[in-house]
Amino acid sequence: MQRSLYLLAFCLTPAFGQPVDFVRDVQPIFVKSCNGCHGEKSQQAALRLDAKALALAGGQSGKVIVPGKATDSTLYQRVAGIGEQARMPMGGKALPVEQVDILKRWIEQGANWPDGASASTAAIKKHWAFIAPVRPALPAVKNTPWVRTPIDRFILAKLEQESLKPSSMAAKTTLLRRLSLDLTGLPPSIEEIDAFLKDPSPRAYEKQVDRLLASPHYGERWGRHWLDAARYADSDGFEKDKQRSVWFYRDWVINAFNRDLPYNKFLTEQLAGDLLPNATQEQKVATGFLRNSMINEEGGVDPEQFRMESMFDRMEAIGKGMLGVTIQCAQCHNHKFDPITQEEYYKIFAFLNNSSEGSLAVYAPEEEMQRANIFRKIREIEGELQHRTPDWKTRMAKWEAAVKSDQPEWTVPKLSIDDISTGGQKYIIQPDGSVVAAGYAPTKVRVKFTIKTNATNIRAFRLELLNDPNLPLGGPGRSIKGTGALTEFEVEVAPASDPKKTRKIKIASATADLNLPERELDAMYFDKSTKRRVTGPIDYAIDGNDDTAWGIDAGPSLRNQPRKAVFVLAEPIGDPNGLLIDVYLKQSHGGWNSDDNQTHNLGRTRLAYTTVEQPKADPLPAKVRELISASSRTPQLDQLVFSYWRTTVNEWAEANRQIDELWRQHPESESQLVLAEREDIRKTSLLIRGDFLKPGRAVEPGVPAFLNPLPPNAPRNRLTFAQWLVDRQAPTTARAFVNRVWQAYFGTGLVATSEDLGKQSDTPSHPELLDWLAVDFMEQGWSLKKLHKQIVMSATYTQSSQVTPELLEKDPANRLLARAPRLRVEAEIVRDIALAASGLLNPRVGGPSVYPPSPEFLYQPPVSYGPKIWKEEKGLARYRRAMYTFSYRSVPYPALQNFDAPNGDSSCVRRSRSNTPLQALTTLNEPLFIETARALAQTAMREGGKTDKDRLSYAFRRVLTRTPEPKETTELLALLDRQKARYAGAGGHLGEVQAWTAVSRVLLNLDEAITKE
Amino acid sequence: MSTSRRWFMQECGVGMGALALHHLMAEAGVAATAGSDPLGPKKPHFDGKIKRVIYLFMAGAPSHLELFDNKPQLAKFDGTLPPPELLKGYRAAFINPNSTLLGPKFKFNRAGKNGTEISELLPHTAKIIDDLTIVKSMSTDAFNHAPGQLLMNTGNMIFGRPSFGSWVTYGLGSESRDMPAFVVFSTGKKGPSGGNSCWGSGFLPTVYSGVQFRNVGDPVLYLSNPPGIDEQLQQETFATLKNMNQLRLEAIGDPEISTRISSFEMASRMQVAAPELMDIRKEPKHILEAYGAEPGKPSFANSCLMARRLVERGTRFVQIFHEAWDQHGQLKRDLAANCQDTDQACAALVTDLKQRGMLDDTLVLWGGEFGRTPMVQGGNDGRDHHPNAFTMWMAGGGFKPGLVYGESDDLGFNVAKNKVHVHDLHATILNQMGFDHTKLTYKFQGRNFRLTDVHGNVVRELIS
Repeated sequence: MQRSLYLLAFCLTPAFGQPVDFVRDVQPIFVKSCNGCHGEKSQQAALRLDAKALALAGGQSGKVIVPGKATDSTLYQRVAGIGEQARMPMGGKALPVEQVDILKRWIEQGANWPDGASASTAAIKKHWAFIAPVRPALPAVKNTPWVRTPIDRFILAKLEQESLKPSSMAAKTTLLRRLSLDLTGLPPSIEEIDAFLKDPSPRAYEKQVDRLLASPHYGERWGRHWLDAARYADSDGFEKDKQRSVWFYRDWVINAFNRDLPYNKFLTEQLAGDLLPNATQEQKVATGFLRNSMINEEGGVDPEQFRMESMFDRMEAIGKGMLGVTIQCAQCHNHKFDPITQEEYYKIFAFLNNSSEGSLAVYAPEEEMQRANIFRKIREIEGELQHRTPDWKTRMAKWEAAVKSDQPEWTVPKLSIDDISTGGQKYIIQPDGSVVAAGYAPTKVRVKFTIKTNATNIRAFRLELLNDPNLPLGGPGRSIKGTGALTEFEVEVAPASDPKKTRKIKIASATADLNLPERELDAMYFDKSTKRRVTGPIDYAIDGNDDTAWGIDAGPSLRNQPRKAVFVLAEPIGDPNGLLIDVYLKQSHGGWNSDDNQTHNLGRTRLAYTTVEQPKADPLPAKVRELISASSRTPQLDQLVFSYWRTTVNEWAEANRQIDELWRQHPESESQLVLAEREDIRKTSLLIRGDFLKPGRAVEPGVPAFLNPLPPNAPRNRLTFAQWLVDRQAPTTARAFVNRVWQAYFGTGLVATSEDLGKQSDTPSHPELLDWLAVDFMEQGWSLKKLHKQIVMSATYTQSSQVTPELLEKDPANRLLARAPRLRVEAEIVRDIALAASGLLNPRVGGPSVYPPSPEFLYQPPVSYGPKIWKEEKGLARYRRAMYTFSYRSVPYPALQNFDAPNGDSSCVRRSRSNTPLQALTTLNEPLFIETARALAQTAMREGGKTDKDRLSYAFRRVLTRTPEPKETTELLALLDRQKARYAGAGGHLGEVQAWTAVSRVLLNLDEAITKE
Repeated sequence: MSTSRRWFMQECGVGMGALALHHLMAEAGVAATAGSDPLGPKKPHFDGKIKRVIYLFMAGAPSHLELFDNKPQLAKFDGTLPPPELLKGYRAAFINPNSTLLGPKFKFNRAGKNGTEISELLPHTAKIIDDLTIVKSMSTDAFNHAPGQLLMNTGNMIFGRPSFGSWVTYGLGSESRDMPAFVVFSTGKKGPSGGNSCWGSGFLPTVYSGVQFRNVGDPVLYLSNPPGIDEQLQQETFATLKNMNQLRLEAIGDPEISTRISSFEMASRMQVAAPELMDIRKEPKHILEAYGAEPGKPSFANSCLMARRLVERGTRFVQIFHEAWDQHGQLKRDLAANCQDTDQACAALVTDLKQRGMLDDTLVLWGGEFGRTPMVQGGNDGRDHHPNAFTMWMAGGGFKPGLVYGESDDLGFNVAKNKVHVHDLHATILNQMGFDHTKLTYKFQGRNFRLTDVHGNVVRELIS
């Protein structure tokens, strides 16, 4: 019986040696035995065998089919039960031998798979969002008089289909408040209301639209939306959650909106501003988008692990915020629903991976001018010196010849680093023998480097402090200014055969290329001791005194240059049988709190030794040293050498002094986290299950096959990636963004899942409208202001938001838009409305973040992990718009958090909109809200007219724009009168202010006050 | 009043948010019986044993080797290097993994009916040991604090996922009309490394995030009337606001306005209820003494007592973060101090709940984000972070009292028997709350997310 079955099966099998036919022989096996777990519905181990491209791409563990090599193919191994892993089909019966044989031969014969036999990838491709949008025709409608713009046709067509009628137009006051809140996030002032109400022009509304779009507050309002997607915050996140300097990026966003920077450029600069030709400071600042990732510097972290976390976060932010497709699932496996493979995820990843993560010194425009002036003056003085000295070139050449070989030979040894001694700080060893400190930065540390060597006659060590693009402002130190301080340089030796027998070696003398006068440490390095802690010349590093250190802070810009010091030993050391040399870099000049920005550690260092007697630190900057050894150089580089050489020329002392003086006028910079391209290309590997410790096969930069192709012949860098993303043929970029703009106006996007337009996304309510808007947006030059105008000029937008039982029943979520939405405004605007209505608002645009009132205990342990800075503003900065509130990721500002503001942990393109008792307590009792109530009371009493009724109406309009209804007036005046009676004893004016404060507080707490109607 | 107006008032106390949410919950298989309120009580998938949770989160990661997991072999090999095969692929935060072993620094005693071993540092816990289910085979994936705390609290090492407590309140709603459903205390030396994401709602609606309570002063921010606003004025303000909002509701018909009215009403109730909750002076002396709580003095003990008072009032999930256990150095001194600060109150809480008959449907959960290395850090008085094996305990909620489950190896390095991963713990607790952990989901970014991600098995042996 068994034998006959076997024979029968054998008969059905293509004879040995004959080609296996995929459709006839192989696919039925897949369908019957594999696709249940590796098919359309489920992709165990991220493997799909029903679709050619995906099957050949492989799964979690890489390729499973290696054409021509069955024994190397996991598919064959697993069904044949070869190797340690469980036999496939998992949990089922093993495949009959002849089927295993078919699969084996099919692979050996080249795994030929006809394209037509893979229906599913074609089906995936058809998902609407993955086809570039084309402008659809405007639909026909019946109620043409209602239509004002193309948008209205799409909305009306659907309404008519559902037998619904649009609502009438909203009252003028409602409309102006709605428009002002939508475009600027601020309610209209009384003057603006009156001007609009009095304007008889048919263009009256449009004039308001244009006025508001031109307001600098427009950039704030729409910039804040973008900052959600950009996961903006002013701190690092994780436990330390240190302050970071990124507000230049926020300013850049606000300005970009205000000058209507086309959206394609807006995205390009954020992804690759640094790679644009002659990139400006602004364009480099824009890459701050990519740097808004959190940074974990808790003790003992592996910096590479958290660099990877940042990379994943960037990918997610690009997916959610720009591409509108969830791609992060493919970090660990092929996407279950969308056709992005894990390999494709890492191809995009590879575009971003070749970057360093440092910060840039940035300057306000006036400081930029000041700098330009300084440098011009320096060039003038130098030009004058050259002019006066016709033979300067010869003289300089002579000097060069003299100093060219005046340096001893230095050997850079291999170091081993004692993990315990670093206190949780990690060192990354560089190809040039230097080490870069990264991760946690203990403020007091004595790092031990050990050299094991057979060399003899070692007489001195050189310590170089080098720049690194990953250090603050390029280093060479780890302080927020990029500086560091060396408290002591110490050497111990032990025979390699007896490591415990250590002996201290005295340092006889030390020299450095920079010896600054003694100065006391900055306040940021305060360590709670009463000692006078100073930095100064190099001798301070060998004086055995822990309160003194060699410092390198030579002032703005100059402090960020490489430095070196040479330490001469009191006796030569070395042992042909092997010597262990422990070099200790003691760094005790940081502040008391390692959880804050108080490190003063060295950043990138390189140690070398020499056998030459009495060497001195090379006074020449490394760059100059390199130039004078080069065979040829440009005149520009000549200038660079000259700039150093002139400092050695005695007779030019006065000119040198003038130049030093000019340097002293150099402005201090702000800093901004940026991304910059690395010189050497970093290899990108697919990470198995997204684990950075399990790199799989190497991948090259590329894009998912289901999206538009990369421009041909373009270099594979971030700039190309950015250009690809904003290509006219990019199917999701414009759609994702117009959908989010729509969401901001109407509460829900045309696709409700605004973070994901992929296959799992919500069905669009008006697919043609979405495409029309996306195409129009691109064809109008990606102009956001034009898009806004397109929307707010529509009849759809200007409808009343009155809710009727019929509408509530037929369309509870208001997706059809037979009425305007009625929405609680966003967190920041809740605060801004109160500030504006009260008259307290400080309308300044841009600048560093501010500290409005907040409970102090939130910023102290045990609520906060470490003590945090919160210097409550006493001046006008207290009343800045809420978007400027300093945002700690780990301690969100409560008055904003309670109203659903995201904290920047990850990209957010859709806020939730809750309605909670904590919100009520906030607007009722929070100190700044109380201040606004009091200020509104005073403003109403001062400006609102003589009678209580007038004053009430005035205050009411400041908050709600409209005038009160009689019943409302009655209700509020009754409250006023009762309070006046109660506070009569408090004395005339004071009692009256208290009574009016009570009324104002009610106004500011009304549902309508924080609602866009 | 017109028909339509009346209709709104009677039928439409349903906010849009609530409507949308019900839809989502129906999709997620959560029976939404709440009516108007996303926080209204809801039924789980099946009848669960646990109605509420008090999670004593020992942030910083206590040493299992000094508290619960006695390792004579570790003592024996003190000062020697661990076997190299143990360290293969092992990463440590601070130390070179190839550091010498450090024997337990404290003695263990036997306690309870089964003679379970427990540290001399935990005399009070020793007295309730028969009420505890001790799992000695916990394991996690993270060995840095923030990722470890996030994994333990949200099921994922990255930020942005909903916390355990918010999943539970999303699933079960709140029994309280005047207290938040999910309350968080922070009582250690500092806040937890994972920050407020440890109790955040992630992508769930923000109503489900934990509300931070202080254990002194105003428990909730902005709870008290501000200076210049007395109680009469506050009440008049509430009344006027209600009338004004009501007028607007009648005029424009948006049901969201009635949700706002309800929010203000609950705020008003909270202003009364929260100070009453905080006032532990009303507790009998023997209770205060049992916990070691002192009115007006913030402490872990006070928070434990308040946790009991909260769950009595219908709060669903209380979590106390006691960040103090990161003993890289000063292990002996600080471990003793931490136990001094927490042992008594932990035990009192369990006993108190038991005496009130609440332990059957309340779970008390104790543990940190990972364990500590059997290897020494520094001289001879510290341990580094260790994810491979550590101990947690549960009391109540249908967990088997007196059970000691799982084992670590002779050095307390790896799990030797019955590994319980963080995901398994979550799955098991959700099971006890009446949820199939694979079905308590929320759709976000095109995917159904859950607390246990794609992992987790209910550990049947732990539960009766």
